[in-house]
Amino acid sequence: MKILVTVKEVAAVADDFEIEGLEIPETYLEYDLNEWDDYAIEAAVRIAEDRDEEVEVVAVTLGPERSEETIRMALAKGVDRAVRVWDDALAEADVLDPTTTARIIAAVAEREDPDLVLSGVQAADDGFGATGVALADLLDMGWAAVVNDLELGEGEASVRRELEGGVEELTTVDLPAVLTIQTGINEPRYASLRGIRQAQRKELAVHSLADLDLDPAVVDDALTLTRLAKPETESDATIFEGDPGETAAELETVLRDAGVGAE
Amino acid sequence: MSDVLAVADHRRGELRPVSYELLTAGRELADALDGDLHAAVVGGNVDRFADKLDCEGVDAIHTVAEGSEFNHDVTVAAVTALFEALDPSAVVMPNSVNGLDYAPAVATRLSLPLVTDAVALDYDDGLTVTREMYGSKVETAVAVDEGPVALTVRGGEWPAAEGVGEAAIEAFEVDIDESSIRSTVRGFEEVGAGDVDISEAEFIVSVGRGIEEEENLELVEELADALDATLAASRPIVDNGWLPKNRQVGQSGKVVTPKVYLALGISGAVQHVAGMKGADTIIAVNTDPDAPIFDIADYGIVDDLFEVVPELIERFES
Repeated sequence: MKILVTVKEVAAVADDFEIEGLEIPETYLEYDLNEWDDYAIEAAVRIAEDRDEEVEVVAVTLGPERSEETIRMALAKGVDRAVRVWDDALAEADVLDPTTTARIIAAVAEREDPDLVLSGVQAADDGFGATGVALADLLDMGWAAVVNDLELGEGEASVRRELEGGVEELTTVDLPAVLTIQTGINEPRYASLRGIRQAQRKELAVHSLADLDLDPAVVDDALTLTRLAKPETESDATIFEGDPGETAAELETVLRDAGVGAE
Repeated sequence: MSDVLAVADHRRGELRPVSYELLTAGRELADALDGDLHAAVVGGNVDRFADKLDCEGVDAIHTVAEGSEFNHDVTVAAVTALFEALDPSAVVMPNSVNGLDYAPAVATRLSLPLVTDAVALDYDDGLTVTREMYGSKVETAVAVDEGPVALTVRGGEWPAAEGVGEAAIEAFEVDIDESSIRSTVRGFEEVGAGDVDISEAEFIVSVGRGIEEEENLELVEELADALDATLAASRPIVDNGWLPKNRQVGQSGKVVTPKVYLALGISGAVQHVAGMKGADTIIAVNTDPDAPIFDIADYGIVDDLFEVVPELIERFES
């Protein structure tokens, strides 16, 4: 059995940051493995550990060379090998339509021919939340989005989908399938020192779009970033100033006025 | 043709609120394009849903009577066929869990550009979609080239459509290929039942990622005791297994409406805010002055919760 896990290195912005044109300067960005993908990796590695048959877990990512550090974390957590796709055309794109991302990953998936694809529900940076389902459709696979419980059966997966308002949907999906994994489905492991050492020796293949028989024009999609801005704050909160003793005293007054702590 | 197709969301026999908001977003876009607004509803009691969706500004409603509950395979087939029949300029879908379970497939099947989680739509010689990145810390505008587009819109951003319209209600027949149905909904389950119902609480002390470690929860529990308040949490605390699911406030957890909501170390992600914005008084303690929670708070302290909370405990215990 082969499981493909889509992973992404995402940027988080610092508390204080600046925007220059359509970019946030690198000094204000911190990179990390996308939180949702961490849960997807854990789900894949657990399947590999629990099954009697041989299971290969392959991670696929779109990202520059810098992202290899993050991908090595996936390898350190038990992913067997990784594929990284990068291209000058991708480096130049300011915003990618999630279906474009899915199209590129689909080219890797077609070569790998997995039995199961696990993808994070969304990426913490651009938050499109669409790549997994788009990928499933392009691959002509079944799918389920926002999965927070997963059991693999014969030819099908039984999943729970986390809906809004504390309701879960129980669904079965034919395999092969793409499942988008919600946080909380498991407890992602930390990479062990041994795992980190082993990860250095694992295969991390790099492909350009041409290597995947994709025309670089695939990234010339219909979306263009035209503005990047800090949202205008609408805060009219009364902010208490001072040392913790002073602010706690102010807070006490507000709380007592609202009836908190009254017997 | 510059029409807009808006697809309603429903679950367990009820239209979801975002369905009416979609109609408003769709109407705005249809006005800008000088076209008609078509609404669609797939599955469930479609005739009853159609009556409810017949709000002011809706020109036509298409019902697809296939199945009793949402199934993404059916919805993709129905929306795709409707799109091909109507040839609209845009299909507007909800950015709900179910919306995200079918909208991307509609986009790929119809080769449409897809922009999800829209918070504003502007049309001026072309469509520009406003959305957020980096956990609402950055707002972006994305221009869509000419041609039809698939959109999902965030709930709570547009007012709900109201009034009674004069829409033509028509049943739309879709030939669903049984072999294309690869998923089956087996049922639903309410989660988070337990000893405490946070949705009934009068005073809530809620804790988020800022608590850093499980053992630090003790401090917040101590505060909740001192204030005689109910302890709740944002998603990461529940994901980590530090508190049970019945304590989770937010879109996928509980909606709470207490007199006082004291948010400790909670940044205020949109999913969390959806669950607590109805509180009478919102108080936030967070180290980041730009945390979105301060946008909706009535009172705020920009400081380390580990400094402020012990002081507060002392004041209420003495």
